[in-house]
Order: sequence, then C-alpha cells, then structure tokens
Amino acid sequence: MAPIVSIRNLTKSYASGFQALKGVDLDIEQGEILALLGPNGAGKTTMISIICGIVTPSGGTVTVGGHDILSDYRKTRSIIGLVPQELTLDSFETVYNTVAFSRGLHGCKPDPALIERILRDLSLYDKKDTMLRHLSGGMRRRVLIAKALSYEPKVLFLDEPTAGVDVSLRKDMWQLVERLRANGVTIILTTHYIEEAEEIADRIGVINHGQILLVEEKKALMAKLGRKQMTVELAEPIAAIPDALSPYGLALSGEGTRLTYEFDSTGERTGISSLLSALSQCGLRVKDISTEQSSLEDIFVELVGEGK
Amino acid sequence: MNFEAIKSIYAFEMARTRRTLLQSIVSPVITTSLYFIVFGAAIGSRMQEVNGVSYGAFIAPGLIMLTLLNQCIGNGSFGIYFPKFTGTIYEILSSPISMIEIVIGYVGAAATKGLIVGTIILITASLFVDISIKHPFMMVLFFVLTAVSFSLFGFMIGIWAKDFEQLNLFPMLIIPPLVFLGGSFYSIEMLPPFWQTVSHFNPVLYLVSGFRWSFYEIADVNPIVSLVTVLGFLVVCLSITAWIFKTGYKLKN
Ligand SMILES: Nc1ncnc2c1ncn2[C@@H]1O[C@H](COP(=O)(O)OP(=O)(O)OP(=O)(O)O)[C@@H](O)[C@H]1O
Ligand SMILES: [Mg+2]
Repeated sequence: MAPIVSIRNLTKSYASGFQALKGVDLDIEQGEILALLGPNGAGKTTMISIICGIVTPSGGTVTVGGHDILSDYRKTRSIIGLVPQELTLDSFETVYNTVAFSRGLHGCKPDPALIERILRDLSLYDKKDTMLRHLSGGMRRRVLIAKALSYEPKVLFLDEPTAGVDVSLRKDMWQLVERLRANGVTIILTTHYIEEAEEIADRIGVINHGQILLVEEKKALMAKLGRKQMTVELAEPIAAIPDALSPYGLALSGEGTRLTYEFDSTGERTGISSLLSALSQCGLRVKDISTEQSSLEDIFVELVGEGK
Repeated sequence: MNFEAIKSIYAFEMARTRRTLLQSIVSPVITTSLYFIVFGAAIGSRMQEVNGVSYGAFIAPGLIMLTLLNQCIGNGSFGIYFPKFTGTIYEILSSPISMIEIVIGYVGAAATKGLIVGTIILITASLFVDISIKHPFMMVLFFVLTAVSFSLFGFMIGIWAKDFEQLNLFPMLIIPPLVFLGGSFYSIEMLPPFWQTVSHFNPVLYLVSGFRWSFYEIADVNPIVSLVTVLGFLVVCLSITAWIFKTGYKLKN
C-alpha cells in the first residue's frame, strides 16, 4: 500500500538563516504509530508544522493521502489532525465551543453527539461550559486533543503529548491512541523519551539537527538501542583481566578496580549471573555493582558516529 | 467553498463582539452625544447653516463615519492580531480554508459590528438634530462599502502589527486627523485655496463628502468620484490581502 504520508527531500531555512531541516525523507504507513525521537531543537515541530500548513517549506515535497500539501491543501488538511506542543487556547471560549469551532473550520457540519462522545472519552464533558482559562494544564491538553479529534482526522500528529502530563492522563492518552489506531488512524507522535516510544510505537524515527538518522521497526531498534552497561567495583585491584573472563569482553579501568561489561537487556540471556559466578571462581571479591542503560544521548552519539 | 469554516469564524468573532458590545456601544454613543452638545447645540447655534443645512445636521454624517472607521479598523485588526498574539492562529493556518474564506469570516464580522454601532450612532444623532436621507440606497451603499473596506484595512493592520502599540497606531493617531481634516465638521469651501488643494489628498474627504451627499445632496466632491475612491480603496486592500496570503507575510515562518 502507498504510504499515507510521504516526505521527500524536505528542507526548511527560517528567515534568520537557520536551517532547521536538511533534506528529510520519510514514509509513514497507513495505520501505524510512528514515534519521532529527538532532542530539543532537532526539527520535530518544524517538520510537523510544515505538513500541517503552519510553516512554509523551503524545498522538497510532502504528500498526505496522495495529495500535495501545497497545491491540494484542502484535501490534506481536512484529513490531518494536530495537537500542538504549546498549550495555545482562546481564554474566553468555553470547552464545548472551541471544540465545535475546530470541527467547523474543517468544513464539517455540526455534530453535537460526536462532540459529546469525544468530550466524554477525554473526561471533559462535565467541563464543557467552563471557560478555557479556568482549566488546568492537563485539561487544556485534553481540550487540544478533543479539538483535533472533532473532525475525525485520518492522520493525527501529537507533538510531545506527554509534556507536563500526569501518569493517569498519560495512561488515558495511550488508551485513546490504541482506540484510534484500531479505527485505522495513523498517528505520529514526538517525544524525548525512549521509554515512551517503546511503550506505544510500531516504528521509531530518530531525528537530530534537521536530519532523520534512522527509522526502524521498534523491535529491531530496541535490540540495537537496548544495550546496557554493568560496572563491577572490585574490593582489590587487579593487574590484568583473568583469562577465564575473556569471553565476556570486559574492560578494566579505575586503577584496576573497575570492570565494565556490556550486554543486551532485551536478549534472552544477559550473561550477568554467569559472569558473577565466574568472577567469584577467579577469587575476585565484588564491592559494588551498577548498571546503566545507554541514554538517548549515547544513542545519538553512536548514530551520528555511524553515519560518518 | 468551505462555508462551515466561514460560518465558524464569523460566529466566533460575533460571540466576541457580544461579550464586548456594551462597551463598544456605550463609548461611541457618549462621545457622539458630546460632539452634538458641544458642536451642534453650543457652538452650532451661533453658526450659519452650511449650504442650507443646520450645522448640527451637517456634521452628523461625518460623526457616523468617524465611529464607523474606528470600529471597523479596531475590530478588523484585533480579530486577526489576537490569535497571532496568543498562537491560536495555528488552527486557522492548518485548516482547509482559503484566504478568501478567512477574510470573509473576519472582515465580515468586523464590518457587521461596525455597521451595528454606526446605525446606533445614526439613531443617536437623529435624537439631537433633524436628519433627512435623500438617497437611502446610496447612503447604504457608502455605509456598507466603507465598513467592508476599512474592516479589511484593519485586518491588514492586524497582520502587520507586531505589538499593541502598532495595532493602535492607526485608530489612535492616523484616523482622527484624517477625519477632522477631511471636512467632517466643515465644508472645505470654507478653507483657503491652498488647504482646499491639500484636503483633496485626504481620502477621508471623499468618504465623508459622498456619505453626506446621500443625506443632504451637498458635497465637496462629485459623489461618483467619492464612490470610485471607496471602491478603489477596497480593491487596493483586497490586492494587498491577497499578496499577504500568497506569501504568508507575518503569518507563517
Ligand atoms: N521561527 C523560527 N525562527 C528561527 N528559528 C527557528 C524558528 N522556529 C524554530 N527554529 C529553530 O529550528 C530548530 C528546530 O526547532 P523545532 O521547534 O522544530 O525543534 P523540536 O525538535 O520541535 O524541539 P523541541 O523538542 O524543543 O520541541 C531549533 O534550533 C529552533 O531554534
Ligand atoms: Mg517541538
């Protein structure tokens, strides 16, 4: 099947001269959940804003549902929903009116039953006549989601949906995303957190400095990114790593008292227990053990390094 | 045409108007009444008739225009400036609507409010002085065309303005002198020849003159010229708006 969103050589230079996107190519499949992972300033919001029509691209093409976002903007924008990163809402509108407004803007006839259902799904119905400025941050986030769903988009962009959101709303949100996916909605979300991408996405894209570094099935990526490091502090320093430990590929540092071991946390066997028994067989006394997961930053360093 | 979107924008703007209607009516009604008391009753009683019309009645069309221009520019500019300022403009930009539809929604609402307030001023004026409307059709035409073109002008200011100061620049600093020097309170025949010539460069003169002609059949310039001037202004504003949307000027990065 043809991808629902197809981005080709997309570039963006802001008026300041800053190049925020440097030739992005990306295909998004119908019905999938794609998580875009990237640090601050990577270009995530810029890319989404271009697809939605808020920012003009400097070069390249984007099609949504087979239609060009510039020449056929009516068709693309009526199937795209956007939940922006910033909590921008009109202060003096009520919840119900602002959601109905979004539906109208997208050319749909009023449908109070649908809006009621959306508001109930997001636990907003009892607030429907509340002024937006009287809502908490989490509720405002829900209102933004309700607005984006009010015209039943086929492609939904969630720009950092979990920023400033508590655990329960996050759970609700993932349930909602699952329900939407079950209805065939394609979802693209951005995040800084690898765990979040892991929890929800089918595929994960990594973007930095305006370039897509990789896009992969989550499973394949998690195996790649799931490497952990275990550090073993020894009670007494050793001069060299005993031969018996060579299969583990250890590294010795810290004046002979620190051994580091790399393993795959998602693998069947991590090798930790056998390493620990091997250590004691060699007569090495262990003072302390710690493990750490490769951070997003390590992954970027690694990815950028690989790219060279 | 995305009629639902036009309806939504128009209804949204009119809801905002309803919230602020009282203040937007009370203030011009009081101001206009003051003008009539000062210029119409106090000073006007010592003035001669102007071209056979009492001074109070003579200034009424100019006062209505003054309010109409201020209302239309104010509403037209605020309507689009505010979403730009708060960031809610993202929704307009990402909706399947064309420039024409956005303009009809915002400018239509601004003009509607201007016409409502203008009509109230007309009624207020008729309480103070005898007003006759000799050419009702032309009067409505001038009224509506002015409301639309100046709401559009306001819309452009709203897009151009980068802060509240710039937003208020036109309604506060530029429109009042143009209206006062545009023959609202006198016939330019009363001026020395040099200032008469200067006055002809003031677009508001044509507006006020044409509008007053539809009331009393007295005019400083030919009413056809007035009409063409208003239409010309409308076309200029439309072209600039078209250019703004084509380039995304100050709306999109
Ligand atoms: N209007 C603008 N003018 C100039 N530069 C901009 C503008 N908007 C964004 N940028 C720059 O473009 C780069 C990408 O910004 P963008 O908002 O797309 O990043 P992001 O990946 O969404 O970051 P975050 O995770 O912080 O939301 C940043 O370096 C930012 O400073
Ligand atoms: Mg962002």
